Amino acid sequence: MSEQPIIELKGITKTFGEGAAAFQALKGVDLSIKRGDFVAVMGPSGSGKSTTMNILGCLDVPTSGVFKFLGTEVQSLNKDQRSLLRRRYLGFVFQGFNLLARTTAVENVELPLLYRGEHKAERREAALRALDRVGLRPWADHTPAELSGGQQQRVAIARALVTDPEVLLADEPTGNLDSERSIEIMEFLSELNGQGITILMVTHEPEMAEFAKTIVHFKDGLVERIENGARNHAHAGSGVNG
Amino acid sequence: MFGTTLMLAFREIRRHLMRSFLTTLGIIIGVSAVITMVTLGRGVTADIEEQISSLGSNVFFVFPIQGERGQFRPFDEDDVTAVREQIAGVKSAAGQVDSNVVAIYNGQDWETTVEGVSGEFMDARGIEMDVGRRFTEAEETSGANVCIIGPTVQEELFLTGESPIGERMRLNNVSCQVIGVFASRGSVGGGGDEDNSVFMPLTNVQRRFTGNDNIGYMAVSYDSAYDSATMTNALVDLMRERRVLLEGQANDFDIVDTAQINETVQSTVGTMTIMVAAIAAISLVVGGVGIMNIMLVSVTERTREIGIRLAIGALAKEVRLQFLTEAVVLCCFGGLVGMILGFVFSYSLAGALGFPFIFDPFINILSFVISALIGILFGYFPARRASQLDPIEALRHE
Repeated sequence: MSEQPIIELKGITKTFGEGAAAFQALKGVDLSIKRGDFVAVMGPSGSGKSTTMNILGCLDVPTSGVFKFLGTEVQSLNKDQRSLLRRRYLGFVFQGFNLLARTTAVENVELPLLYRGEHKAERREAALRALDRVGLRPWADHTPAELSGGQQQRVAIARALVTDPEVLLADEPTGNLDSERSIEIMEFLSELNGQGITILMVTHEPEMAEFAKTIVHFKDGLVERIENGARNHAHAGSGVNG
Repeated sequence: MFGTTLMLAFREIRRHLMRSFLTTLGIIIGVSAVITMVTLGRGVTADIEEQISSLGSNVFFVFPIQGERGQFRPFDEDDVTAVREQIAGVKSAAGQVDSNVVAIYNGQDWETTVEGVSGEFMDARGIEMDVGRRFTEAEETSGANVCIIGPTVQEELFLTGESPIGERMRLNNVSCQVIGVFASRGSVGGGGDEDNSVFMPLTNVQRRFTGNDNIGYMAVSYDSAYDSATMTNALVDLMRERRVLLEGQANDFDIVDTAQINETVQSTVGTMTIMVAAIAAISLVVGGVGIMNIMLVSVTERTREIGIRLAIGALAKEVRLQFLTEAVVLCCFGGLVGMILGFVFSYSLAGALGFPFIFDPFINILSFVISALIGILFGYFPARRASQLDPIEALRHE
């Protein structure tokens, strides 16, 4: 392996609850992801894929194990340090879009820049650029209620992109969309990936997973198997370590 | 960052304009009530101060009161003379006696008070003439049928605006000639209209109305070079001696000092003002609880939004600041509206009740600062709750 992986999980476990009610969601996950990969995480509900995504998104910490993100051991960071990591390197796209209601598209996209303390004019300019990237510049002043589901998800993607993140985390990004819109979104994500951004996506739809370069199957809190995406992407070479 | 937070707060408040207004109503009422009460209190104090100064300065009023064994011994002219002649520092001493009468002029009746007074009394009380002249010494000695009427009497009896000077009027059965009108001396402490009065020479009132030599009270003015306590002691000693009070017996007379009245009234009004303002301030606290309540509702309502912000990388303290700013902005808005309403209320109430309106910048600033502090105090708990949400849970919230 020529390059240091951007994300490295070693022996990750996660237990919810305590004592008799304790539930072990992850039982020792090992995974490494290279820069520029497009990874689809699949698995039945309860398989640990969401928990893994939460940990990868620095929203949650593992009970044990090592999670290295860009060389930093995330499991030993506190809440605020993880926030700073998210703000700097991560972009999120959610199943429910999670845009702020009664707030225009451009203001939604500006939100992450707000916390980076950028100036108003720069914020606006960057947000408009991001909207341009998702083809929604003309809708900049519309509120989510005035946009279709596909458009809302594209605004959400623009919001994730506006900070030029290293990694884009997408949790069921097509879960609330019809198949036509879903394919549009997936094609767009592939395009972004082609521009060099690493994408991690949770999905339960095999057709959507096909867009990824790498597909990671979870089962019972463990990585079951890893396969290459059906589309003939040049494979970036992620794999299980050990 | 703070400017942005402020902008976010304004946006959120504008989004729920009605709710925001109702939320701040407690603060608005509290602030306006405190400001109104304190401003009116200051107006009342100033009003009373002015009235008391109209009693004359460096003046004692000496009244007979019931003694220990139930005796009531009025003063007479000899007492007045003794005070005038035997106490150093006394500028003037004069007796007064009064009686309720009906004044009749040109077929009009008017209930008023006849006061037996002298020029010296008018000096002591600081009563000026509006038009006409005072009694001459000869009139005072002989008890001539001349009178000086008060502004109210002039207004009620001389309806066509004619000059009352030289006119004859009747007080009960006693006829008298009007020689002057005294200048308004206002009303003291709401105790009736001091301008509804007719002056006649003391001896005349004693002879024709009260039928004895008694006098009601003495007005004693003294040189301002002497201090009040020394003068009071001298007066007490003299009166006790004249009234043959043994050691250990209580005074059967009372001395009232205008300076002392002033002090008493001021401290009373001050205490009342503080009490009423404190009661009004309770509604400020109630308003604060209202703010906290709505902020908690808002945090619950906006759980998803908080989740988004946290996921995007907002720090806990940034979320806390956002909600805290919202609460403080709400409270400051309430404080501002309260200040304006307080101004309107106190201005119009002062006008309606006839008190001077005295704007007190201190209480205005204080009320505003306190409402901002209430925002911090009652906004902190909801803000902390918002900042401690778990982003994963918050994003899942429906």
